[in-house]
Amino acid sequence: MRLTLVGVSHHRAPIELRERVALDSDAASALAAQLGHEAVVLSTCNRTELYLARPDGGEELAVATLTDLAGDRADELGAVLYRLGDEAAALHLFRVAAGLDSLVPGEGEILGQVRSAFEAGAIGPFLDRLFRQALHAGRRVRVETAIGESPASVPAAGAALAQQVFENLDEKQVLLLGAGKMSELTARNLRSRGAHVAAVANRTLEHAQELADTLGARALGLDDLGDELAAADVVVASTSSREPIVRKSDVAAVLRARRGRPLLLVDLAVPRDLDPAINELDNCFLYDIDDLEAVVAETITGRRTEAARAEQLVAAEGDRFRRWQASLDVVPTIASLRALVEEIRDSELERAGSRLSESERRHVESITSQILAKLLHLPTIRMKEAAAAADGVVYADVVRHLFGLGEEERRA
Amino acid sequence: MSELLVVPALLAYGEAAFAYAGELRGPGLAGRLATWGVRLGWLAQTALLVGQAASADGFPWGTWAGALNLFVWLVVGAYLIWGCRPRYRLLGLAVMPIAAVLFALAWVGGGTGLEQGDDSGIVLAIHVGLMLAGFASLTLSAGMAALYIWQERRLKRHARRVLRVTVPPLDALDRLAARGVLAGLALLALGIGVGASRFERGDLDAAMIVTFAILGVYGALLVLRHEGWRGRRAALLNLGGFALVAIVLPLTHFAQ
Repeated sequence: MRLTLVGVSHHRAPIELRERVALDSDAASALAAQLGHEAVVLSTCNRTELYLARPDGGEELAVATLTDLAGDRADELGAVLYRLGDEAAALHLFRVAAGLDSLVPGEGEILGQVRSAFEAGAIGPFLDRLFRQALHAGRRVRVETAIGESPASVPAAGAALAQQVFENLDEKQVLLLGAGKMSELTARNLRSRGAHVAAVANRTLEHAQELADTLGARALGLDDLGDELAAADVVVASTSSREPIVRKSDVAAVLRARRGRPLLLVDLAVPRDLDPAINELDNCFLYDIDDLEAVVAETITGRRTEAARAEQLVAAEGDRFRRWQASLDVVPTIASLRALVEEIRDSELERAGSRLSESERRHVESITSQILAKLLHLPTIRMKEAAAAADGVVYADVVRHLFGLGEEERRA
Repeated sequence: MSELLVVPALLAYGEAAFAYAGELRGPGLAGRLATWGVRLGWLAQTALLVGQAASADGFPWGTWAGALNLFVWLVVGAYLIWGCRPRYRLLGLAVMPIAAVLFALAWVGGGTGLEQGDDSGIVLAIHVGLMLAGFASLTLSAGMAALYIWQERRLKRHARRVLRVTVPPLDALDRLAARGVLAGLALLALGIGVGASRFERGDLDAAMIVTFAILGVYGALLVLRHEGWRGRRAALLNLGGFALVAIVLPLTHFAQ
């Protein structure tokens, strides 16, 4: 069985071409079924990749499929298409699942997209093993390195900080002050981590209403925020006001009602919307745009370090897969050997059958079965080990020759 | 004979204490090695305690060193409940160095030997066990309070590396520290209740008075927390109570 990967990605293909070959999950599933044998189509905003596992590799089929999808831009495809086989293809998938091939290294969404593609694919034993190991590699990288915890943008940093304060964002209430783009991006980041945007407050109520509708929140003005501040867990501010909208005294006034619950305030506005002195209050944590940019700059440095560690983990997973794939070369030999000895055992038992009582026969069956299992255990292990090295096929040939495996088929 | 179990346990605890320091640079191999150190050390110490219980004639942890041995086992065992989760590994940095030092002291003080014990009876054994479990819970709670104060300070000061080190969320630390106090108080109250059956007029000493003061401080902490004293103030009060446990209680106990 050979593994083939053919695809286009953000590294070389412009968005105009990527959007031509992009598929939604239903179309990807249908295409995987149409390609025959084992196939998975991974299509995200950054890449469309076809993974095929079949005896002939199927590279030409995959290229032709992508060319069809590209339509009138097919002539551009040749320069940006990549084709990888076997170990290189597996390693690429592991890097993709780990987020190492993403525009922002370590981004977390890709792991879910790989899982969805796997579930929608035409899966057999080979791709099942490959994708399960890819998902394992992705999870390992996220657990064993800090790459996924390093936000690469100010809105993501705001959301990541919320997770430093709150154990679970599921029940946390977010209050947005201002209906600008930065507020929205931060709110969406928080929502993606489970938080609930409770209210959008803005000078112009219509703008607040527009954003609130998309986020499933209430819209309100900026005049009376007391109750909202008492209920909120995270406040995100990005209005164009020249004066602070929330002062220390405003927050101090609601502290008693908050009963010690922590409050994270993210001020993305310049000039600032939130009085810096709020940070002095107990259980209040205020970050302005400079603080967040400093955190992002630091985490991007860390992300590079973590990416190097993640590459090592992925390489180890790649090596594990290579060994497994190589062991497949000797599996038919091992299966034939086991079939041969079972056949011999069955025929000898058959011959002795009339001389044995039922209980004696069961006893002999059990003993011979154990003998054969013990006898074949070490050669099986050794052949699989040898398969990982270059001379694995030689071992398999020697075993076939010594035991005459397949000779009857050849004679026939 | 007991050294066969003490030495590996001590080495494993020491390894964990050092390896947790490596976790400060970011999650990874150091943290996993530390967690395995805790697990293996605790298993070795468990085997030691089983050996002591089997070979002793009476309660084997009645001396201060023996009690310290049991106390370390309880603290590390309770830590293992959280310590296996990657996000809680840093708590080990507060717990394991102390555990390693106390275990070494227990060893030096002769609290890890086999074939020792006293014949104080089952009531005293239960009393001591419950009191030590209560103090172990308070110790772990203090570790979480210390971690809370450290992380809160980093967040307040806008530390640039705030997202680089994996630390439990503040509200989780606050909640778990309170639960630790609640469990500790319950165990101490039970231990005192069991011990009271053997109490006689004239037995009241400084250690008992400090123990009641400890109960008062931690009880006040829980009441104040209910009234909204959460976060930093609760963590400081928790550490204040722990100072009584860690410093005043042993001083008054051994001064007698």
